[in-house]
Amino acid sequence: MTKLSINNVPVEVPEGSTILCAAKRAGIKIPTLCHVEGLQVIGACRVCVVEVEGARNLAGSCSMPVAEGMKVFTNTRRVREARRLVVELLLSEHNGECQTCDRNEDCELQALSAELGIREVRYGGERTRRRIDNSTPALIRDNGKCIKCRRCVSVCLETQHVGALFPQNRGFNTVIGPAFNLDLASVACVQCGQCAAICPVGAITERDEIDEVWTALDAPDKHVVVQTAPAIRAALGECFGCEPGTLVTGKMVAALRRLGFDAVFDTNFAADLTILEEGTELLTRLKKTLLDGEPAALPMFTSCSPGWIKFMEYFHPDMLPNLSSCKSPQQMFGAVAKTYYANKLGKRPEQIFVASVMPCTAKKFECQRPEMNASGVRDVDVVLTTRELGKMIRSAGIDFMGLPDEEMDAPLGLSTGAADIFANTGGVMEAALRTAHEIVTGRPLPMKNLHVEPVAGLAGVKEASLEIRGALPEWRFLEGAVLNVAVAHGLGNAQKVVAAVKSGAKQYHFVEVMTCPGGCIGGGGQPRFTTNAIRQARIAAIYREDEGKDLRKSHENPEIRQLYKEFLGQPLGEKSHHLLHTEYQTRARV
Amino acid sequence: MNSTVSDQYRALADQAERARDRQKPGEKILIQIGSATCENAAGSVDVLDEFRKHIAASGREDIVLRRTGCTGRCSREPIVGILVPGKMPVKYERVDRPLVHEIFTRHILQGEPVLARILDGPLEKLSQHEILTCQSNRCGWEGAESLQTALARRLGDLGITPDQVRITAASCFGACGLNQLGTCSHMLVRPDKVLYRVYNEDDLDEILQEHVIHGHTVDRLKVVEKTVGRKFFEMYGDVAFFNRQSRIALRHNGIIDPESIDEYFHYRGFQALSTVLSKGDPQWVIDEVTKARLRGRGGGGYPTGQKWSMAAKAAEKTRYIICNADEGDPGAFMDRSMLESDPFNVVEGMIIGGYAIGANRGFFYIRAEYPMAIRRIDGAIRQCRERGLLGKNILGSGFDFDLEIRLGAGAFVCGEETALIHSIEGERGQPRIRPPYPTESGLWGKPTVINNVETFANITAIVNYGAGWFSRIGTAASGGTKVFALAGKILHTGLVEVPMGTTLREIVYEIGGGVAGGKQLKAVQTGGPAGGCIPAKWLDTPVDFDTLAKAGSIMGSGGMIVLDEDDCAVDIARFFMTFSQDESCGKCTPCREGTTRLLEILDRITQGTGTLADLEKLERLAKLIKKSSLCGLGRAAPNPVLSTLEHFRDEYIAHVTQQRCPAKKCVALVHYEISAEKCVGCTVCARNCPVTCITGARREAHIIDQVRCIKCGRCFEVCRFDAVQRL
Repeated sequence: MTKLSINNVPVEVPEGSTILCAAKRAGIKIPTLCHVEGLQVIGACRVCVVEVEGARNLAGSCSMPVAEGMKVFTNTRRVREARRLVVELLLSEHNGECQTCDRNEDCELQALSAELGIREVRYGGERTRRRIDNSTPALIRDNGKCIKCRRCVSVCLETQHVGALFPQNRGFNTVIGPAFNLDLASVACVQCGQCAAICPVGAITERDEIDEVWTALDAPDKHVVVQTAPAIRAALGECFGCEPGTLVTGKMVAALRRLGFDAVFDTNFAADLTILEEGTELLTRLKKTLLDGEPAALPMFTSCSPGWIKFMEYFHPDMLPNLSSCKSPQQMFGAVAKTYYANKLGKRPEQIFVASVMPCTAKKFECQRPEMNASGVRDVDVVLTTRELGKMIRSAGIDFMGLPDEEMDAPLGLSTGAADIFANTGGVMEAALRTAHEIVTGRPLPMKNLHVEPVAGLAGVKEASLEIRGALPEWRFLEGAVLNVAVAHGLGNAQKVVAAVKSGAKQYHFVEVMTCPGGCIGGGGQPRFTTNAIRQARIAAIYREDEGKDLRKSHENPEIRQLYKEFLGQPLGEKSHHLLHTEYQTRARV
Repeated sequence: MNSTVSDQYRALADQAERARDRQKPGEKILIQIGSATCENAAGSVDVLDEFRKHIAASGREDIVLRRTGCTGRCSREPIVGILVPGKMPVKYERVDRPLVHEIFTRHILQGEPVLARILDGPLEKLSQHEILTCQSNRCGWEGAESLQTALARRLGDLGITPDQVRITAASCFGACGLNQLGTCSHMLVRPDKVLYRVYNEDDLDEILQEHVIHGHTVDRLKVVEKTVGRKFFEMYGDVAFFNRQSRIALRHNGIIDPESIDEYFHYRGFQALSTVLSKGDPQWVIDEVTKARLRGRGGGGYPTGQKWSMAAKAAEKTRYIICNADEGDPGAFMDRSMLESDPFNVVEGMIIGGYAIGANRGFFYIRAEYPMAIRRIDGAIRQCRERGLLGKNILGSGFDFDLEIRLGAGAFVCGEETALIHSIEGERGQPRIRPPYPTESGLWGKPTVINNVETFANITAIVNYGAGWFSRIGTAASGGTKVFALAGKILHTGLVEVPMGTTLREIVYEIGGGVAGGKQLKAVQTGGPAGGCIPAKWLDTPVDFDTLAKAGSIMGSGGMIVLDEDDCAVDIARFFMTFSQDESCGKCTPCREGTTRLLEILDRITQGTGTLADLEKLERLAKLIKKSSLCGLGRAAPNPVLSTLEHFRDEYIAHVTQQRCPAKKCVALVHYEISAEKCVGCTVCARNCPVTCITGARREAHIIDQVRCIKCGRCFEVCRFDAVQRL
């Protein structure tokens, strides 16, 4: 431990901590526009400068390690003036347009200028040249607003191992973007939106598609249904000032009804469906290799997360057969809504409009993939992020917090607790094991509260082994088999797992991958700004939602049973194959 | 001591000496031709070709052509040295094909030097002897007056005329052993190349009688040790620009063939390496370098010994050593000169450094704009490998070390050590936060020492001549010398190597020959784009890392630009800010945005649209950049602004309050008029005006149309009657 003083307050922190960490511990706020916990120190914005007694220059508190007896001052005249001037410089280049910016009132630069009391930008001159990149369906980049903090560069490279964004050019001409000034659609961007989630200003945002939803809601001949991903209910409240981890499922349903949706459904329904399809697929692959002795693509990787799919298509096309062929729950929902549900209403697919609310920007890309037209038309019409839904509710003048709790509509609104936990890392794995174990042995998963503890939590790569005991006659070949599973979240961690599998260092049967750190609850479309503490709060809320339900295993969902009985037949059946499964394509990197 | 190492070294040195002897260099007429980027650009390739033709046509076999590097006198190149055995060496400047013919026919064939074209000014006559006397304050003898005065007096007494003996003041020969310090002085007699120790006036008389009059060497007083820089004085001692310098890092520049390892062996090459490896104690090397008080010559001035020691103590055993040859300061070219003219010396310095810190791999990071330096270093590395001086088990010592070259792509910031490391790793060349320092976690996360070319160039001298000797040259804070690239409004420009602590006045006036054209000296800008302007009133500032910093400037990599009354302080600040702004990597806010805003304000001021409030803004912003930037480049970028604001604030004020540029340099603030009284109507101005805005009949006063005038100043330059006035 190292003892130091900050503003004459004694603080004790572990050796090697930075001044910023120490200040946080002492309850002293030091502003920063580039620092992100868990990422390598960037040190670019210089807003976090502090005075260290005896040092000639101001120190960047995000990078300067503490030393025994150090005396730090965070609020001297020198520090205040330096911070103001640095922020003024940022404002002098920033094409702000605050009133019409997506980040109006949700902008770190705006908030910091207010906090520092900046009333005048004394330095004017050339501004950053504006170039808007709207080449992708998911993300819009506006270089004119970029303050070159490089958070996006770090998250894209370090967390996601993608590296689509880098600084280009030098000095004042620096722009952050893909190599050779290409647009985002031309490079290996998986459109996970972690950059948009971490951007302090409005330089990277999701493509705003609220108007498309309003247009559909206004069209008299459209039957507009909405599905909400499991992660929304644990985060939407944050858009209305709730503490992270507040569950707002009922209010969300009420709000969606008031916005005018004809039916409020749940992606959770499709998550349960996914478990049945994917679980069966896994067992089929296991059977093929263990019983029939034929080669099967193992480990099988989950396929719910569209960023991860694109990552595999770009970086590991040789491993595409290992991806489950199941569509993501969002796309399963769209296909079922425009066929099964449309049939029930006596409508044609094109008369149904499916809007999704997702914690994710990559879903905007996914829904427009040309193969996602199983119903004959585009299965999911528009994807909104959690943030967009928040804005839509606010713009409709709905007093969200004053809403009563309401229930989802039948039939596609009913789900089990297993579907809820799709929202967080380890959840899909746990849901799959709850069902697969019961299919194979006829008994529930022998774990406390049905939770697979080893794959829960925020460790980057988690592993578990499950020995199968008491298999039913049909699954006799699995008796005594040890099922090795792994869970990774954040593509950087996924990359590690894939590398270990490729090198033969690890032999897994089933691997869950979620593109974003923490899983969907930490998605690129969630309310900003997501920290690990917030991830944990949201995860806890999701488990509360799961545990509060009577039905907690996907195969127990009566509406799913009904769907198979009435329409699909059986998992991996012909109709399922057509509607619920997909294939992947190799994508060339630049 | 490891006898294997010294035996192997001896064998290699003998082999090299035999190879050299076969050419019988002592008996032949030697024509030295500079060969470096600057020399070649000036036309030395043509010169070489012309000499080759002349030698072939003459059929003479006793004339040898030899390529040497450069001595750092770009403005006078191509430089050719003619060494006739037993005669004074002569150097010619700006040699071209016609001059080659003249030199060959008159000097070489007829023995009459072409005095009108001698380096740094024509001579009336070459004297038969030249005596160079040491001016170092470490030298002292029994005589009451200085050795030089006594010598002049004694020559007069003996009736020896300057035609016979010329006296030249020289800098330290490096011959002062510790035990003789202050008890004797030194003098070098040319062309016989004999260096004498002179204790008292009797010694002086004996030398004059025996040597000068009778032609016998006085063995009793002869310095037999090989001293640093002596070869340089033997060759260049007659040129004032050189003989007040102390060439240590540059001691072989312009003397040896940079492409021949044999030649390098002849000049004590690899002796330092042999000494180090046979001692077998890396700590000894670090101790010597520490004792020598060698400080990083790249500009930072960090004690080299301390840096090496930190890396040597690292727990991690895989370590790297890097030579920073990404010389980027505008106008600085000492690194290039050393790499091109004495590559083996830098390579040897790096091998020794690698041994000291326990590295087995080293990298030269050379900017790609230096193709000849790259070729010479590559050649040096190859020849070293062939002789077993690089690779496995060097000289049988068990030490493995090899060198590789990496090219820099031209970003100034890649001279910053963390950016340089990124560049070698294949990443974008931008600095990162320190700590951790590279000595702890550098290239690929391993302990790494990065030193500048000049730092490595000093290592062999420290080992060969001793840390004590090295530390005594220079000041209490830093030992040795520093190379400066002297440029600007000065008579003699070029590379200047002087002991730390030499005053700016000595450099400007005694070596540089003062301000050109009889103008008034205004300031000396040191340290390149990150440096500051030191005003004329502070000309007695001794140059050292700390003194320059105190004067608001920096040592930097050794840029030194002399400014005269025609230079505008604001314009100078603007010039350097343009460079820094352009070379900012763009990572941190103060440097990226701040340098742009500074430049915009300076632009306004030089355009005459600035206000007094701008000066305040300038100062405030400059100070912010200095104290809050991420790396050294940013922290130093405002220095030119801050130092000119401090010393020449009145000029700034004149620009903003009167829209007047006192130096009449800022184009927007001057205009040209023709004085009707002085104009004779010669029409030269009108004929030279690129926009034909000057009108007037022949033999009548001309007039400039102010609306159309673009203020190019051409009329001002061409008028022979001072009729065109810049106002």
